Parts: sequence; C-alpha cells; structure tokens
Amino acid sequence: MHTAMQQIINGLSLGSIYALLALGYTMVYGIIKLINFAHGDVYMLGAFWGYFIINKYHVDFIVALLSAMIVTAFAGMLIEYLAYRPLRNSPRITALITAIGVSYFLENGMSYLFGANTRNFPQVVQQHNYTAFGISISNIQLLILVTAIILMVLLQLIIQKTKMGTAMRAVAVDQEAAALVGINPDHVISFTFGLGSALAGAAGVLIGLYYNSIDPLMGMTPGIKAFVAAVVGGIGSVPGAAIGGFLIGLLETGVQAIGLSAYKDAAVYVVLILILIVLPAGLLGKNVKEKV
Amino acid sequence: MTKKKLQANSLWLLVMIIGFVVINLLVYVGVIDSFIENMLVTIGINIILATGLNLIIGFSGQFSLGHAGFMAIGAYATGIILQTVPTVGGFIGSIIVGIVIAIIAAIIVGVPTLRLSGDYLAIATMGAAEIIRVVINNMKITNGAAGLFNIPQFATWPVVYALVCVTTIVIVNFAHSRAGRAIQAIRDDEIAAEAVGVNPTKWKLAAFVLGAATAAIGGSLHASYIQTIAPSDFGIMNSIALLIIVVLGGVGSMTGTFLAAIVLGVLDTVLQSFGTLRMVIYAVALIVIMVFKPSGLLGRYEFSFARVLNRHKKEDAA
Repeated sequence: MHTAMQQIINGLSLGSIYALLALGYTMVYGIIKLINFAHGDVYMLGAFWGYFIINKYHVDFIVALLSAMIVTAFAGMLIEYLAYRPLRNSPRITALITAIGVSYFLENGMSYLFGANTRNFPQVVQQHNYTAFGISISNIQLLILVTAIILMVLLQLIIQKTKMGTAMRAVAVDQEAAALVGINPDHVISFTFGLGSALAGAAGVLIGLYYNSIDPLMGMTPGIKAFVAAVVGGIGSVPGAAIGGFLIGLLETGVQAIGLSAYKDAAVYVVLILILIVLPAGLLGKNVKEKV
Repeated sequence: MTKKKLQANSLWLLVMIIGFVVINLLVYVGVIDSFIENMLVTIGINIILATGLNLIIGFSGQFSLGHAGFMAIGAYATGIILQTVPTVGGFIGSIIVGIVIAIIAAIIVGVPTLRLSGDYLAIATMGAAEIIRVVINNMKITNGAAGLFNIPQFATWPVVYALVCVTTIVIVNFAHSRAGRAIQAIRDDEIAAEAVGVNPTKWKLAAFVLGAATAAIGGSLHASYIQTIAPSDFGIMNSIALLIIVVLGGVGSMTGTFLAAIVLGVLDTVLQSFGTLRMVIYAVALIVIMVFKPSGLLGRYEFSFARVLNRHKKEDAA
C-alpha cells in the first residue's frame, strides 16, 4: 500500500510535467490543427534558459521560472511567425514537416552552439524529503505539483474569463467566422503559441530541478509522450490534456514499479491505441459527426 | 494492351536497363567510388521505403507514421535468418519471411487503427511502430538493444537496383489499377466512395499492407547492406525521415518521391563534411523548401512516357 502511494506521488510529479507540455500541444492543435513537433524543443529551450540564468546571475527559482516562461513564449511566437504563418493555407502535412524541420533546427542548433553533452542543472532549491505515514515526498516534487496546478488554473482562467481567451475559443471553432466579428486570427494564434510555449518553458525548468540533468535532445521523448497524453485526453480539450498528462505519468511509473521498466514506452502506446479504438476522439474530445 | 501503352512500357524498360548499364559502367571505370556507391544504395533503399509510404499517405490518404516499424520487421527477419543460413537462398527466403511477417503485422495494426482518421491514425501507427521496436528491444533472438552485427552482405548495388525497379513497378501499377482508383476515391471523399460501392476498410487495408510489405523489403536490404542493425535504427525519427521524403517530393507523386530521395541523399552526402552543422543546414533547407514550395517539389505531377507520346502524336497531327 505504501509503495503504491509512493508510486502515485512519483507518477503525479512526472505527470504534471507531461500535462504542462500536453496543454501546449492541445491548444495549438485545437486552433490551427497542427501537431507542433517543435514543442518538445521549446521545453528544452526553457530548461537551458533556466540553466543559463541560474548559473550566470544566481537568481532564485521563481525568477528562473518566470523568465524562462517569458523567453520561451517569445521563442514560440517567433517560431510561429517565421515557420508556420507562411503555411497557414497550405496542406496540413506540409506544416507538419515544417514543424519537424524547426524541431531539428532547435535540437541541432543548440548542440552546435553549446555542445551536445549532458549538463547538471543547478540545484537552486535544496532538496528536503518529508515523510508521512511511510510515504516520502520531496519539496521539489511538491513544488512541481503546486506550480503545475497553479499554471493550469491560471490557463483555465485565461481561456474562460479573458477577452483573449474568448477569442481563442472562437478561432478554434471557426476561424473565418471569428475574423468576421473582428477578431484578428493571426494575433490570437500568436498568443496561443506564446501561452503554450510559456507552459513548456516552465515544464523545462521544473524537469531540470527534478532530474537534475539537461541536454539538447531532452525534448524529443517527453514531447512525443506529451502529445500522446494530449491525444488520450482528447486533443483540443484543455482539461483533457491535463488528465491525459497525469494518466501517462501514473501509467509510466506504475509499469516501472511492477518491474517492467523495459516495456514502459510500449505500455503507454498500448493504452493509447486501446483508448483511441474505444473513444476515437480521446477521453474528453468532442465527437464530430460525419456529414455528407 | 494498346500500341501506345506498349511503347510507353518499353520506354520505361529501356530507361531501367540504360540506368543499370550506365551506373555499372561508371562503377567499372571508377567514376563511382565506394563512397558514391554507398550513397546510391542508400537512395535506392529510401526509394523503396518511401514509395510504399507514398502509396499509403499520398494515394490512400491514410497518414501513417509507423513505417520504420515494418522496416524493422524486414531487417530483423533478414538479420536473424542470414546468421544461420548465410546463402543467397537464405537471403531471398529471409526477404519473403520479412514480407509475410510485415503483412501479418500490418493487418493486426491496420484492422483496428484504420478506422481512425487523420492525425489520430498517425499517432496510433506511430505507437504501433514503437511497440514493435520495444518488443524487438526485449527479445532474446534479436539480441536486445545491442542489435545484430556481422550480417553477411548480399544486398549489393545491382540487387538493390533490381528491387527498386520491381517494387516501383508493383506500387505504380497498383496505384493505377482498379484498386488504385478505389483508394484514391476514398482519399478524396470516403463517404461518397462508400456510397458508390467501394469498401473503404478493405481498400485502405490493402494499400497499408502493400506499403508495409515494401517497407519490409527495404528493411531487409538495409540490414544486409549496412550489416549492423539495432532497434534504435527504427525509431520514430526514422519514420519521420521517410515522411519527409514523401512530403518533400510531393504527396501523391511517385516521380516526386524519386526526386526527393535523390535530392536528400545527395544533400546528405555533400553535407557530410560539415559535422554538427550538417543537421542545422538540413533543417533550414527543409523549412525553406516547405515555406516556398508547400506542395513539395513536384506537387502531384507524375512523369509519364504515355503522356509524352500522346502530346507528340497530337503535334504531328496538327
């Protein structure tokens, strides 16, 4: 029972990272139907920014987190402006290849500029372990969970309560109709990229703290896992992405805990395929009726 | 077969034979060294893999991201069989075994997932390929994550060339047959196709299975040419590399797939001396081509001798 609870806590910490990443995927997909393959690399950029600013200016965790979010938000908007905006009206598969190109560019550009070696992320937060009822939880795990939940609540507020959030939902439903009522879709899409990338940047700093190591290719696997999480939760649905992220995190640590860690990736994909077969639009996705 | 068709087909045959003779001649006089030959073989294998993927994506409109999984099946069939039976017969047998296993795997993967559409299908096929890879990674017979090495080399340049011709003929003829028209109808409008009596599940599966079979052939050649294979050679990034060839050439254009495979193969060889910068340049080239030529190099254009002959006839008459 104790080990199970322990694994749930570990799973939730990992899951909240996936959830933050999945939110970016799901928002971008919801609004322009693009699988943003470069999203995992924006997360890498966030981790590297945190590494850089903490080592250079010895800032504390909050400053590192917020500045990483701002930097990655601008990076995301820049990527959208340069690489995706010219392809707004071309086939979706073309935009997808461009996204892969951007991903290659970020990974290899960072390797070229700063070397491909793994670095130790500076430990700005001293690790403490709290033990209660035989379950141990570190302050970093708590920090990750709390930060992730605060960010998700903020995101939900932005999407539901602000004018920009309303515009985002409008563009996601019908871009042309939104443009007719005076919304500039380009601004909204840019804002969406900024928002999603900021969350990815935050996730990057958090994972740096948690795993203590970063490298230019660190975004690849979590990026794909987070996309799987977004699909499982129902792509385009914000709460779905959060649920999907936690689910994938729990599943992965669970499979690892029962001694099948070699199969943890396979388990994620088996669950993905099973969920898609039963619920083709994911857990919380909207089922679009076929029309002639 | 009409006279014109016969003419066009014999022209294609001529092109294949001339290509073979010219390249062998160049190898013989030493213009093509082992470095360039390596490039040519890689291009050939990529053509086999990418034409199959183009059949799935471009002609049947099913977005598959799991091609490397089927390639892995072919590669491991060849690798394992050649280690016990290192003969030409063993090589041919291993290709056939690879094709059969890939077809079975494609049916197992395809029957449930082909009901999904668009990006959901892409992610499901990607997952299926990853499952294949993880299973290979954990099996005894495949030697786990270390992979297989010292696989005897039977996939020499002429073998690859011949198989490029054979698989291309099979795929292009499939695409232009009744079956090909059926899958293109499904791509353009599944409901309308179903209404006129085309069974979408059946034909989508047919294209998917044929694509998987050619992927297995490509994998077999890869294993026997490179002589070393490991599960990490068949990851998501390898599926994506094949997808890039298809989209860069033009989705639905086999000529484009040939062109893109050649362009990327040459680019890769030329950039070899750039070290780390190689992938940066590659990425920028990819983005620039996509931004300025969104439909790929050739769009849906298909080179056809039959059409050239037709045009010639009309000009003669006029």
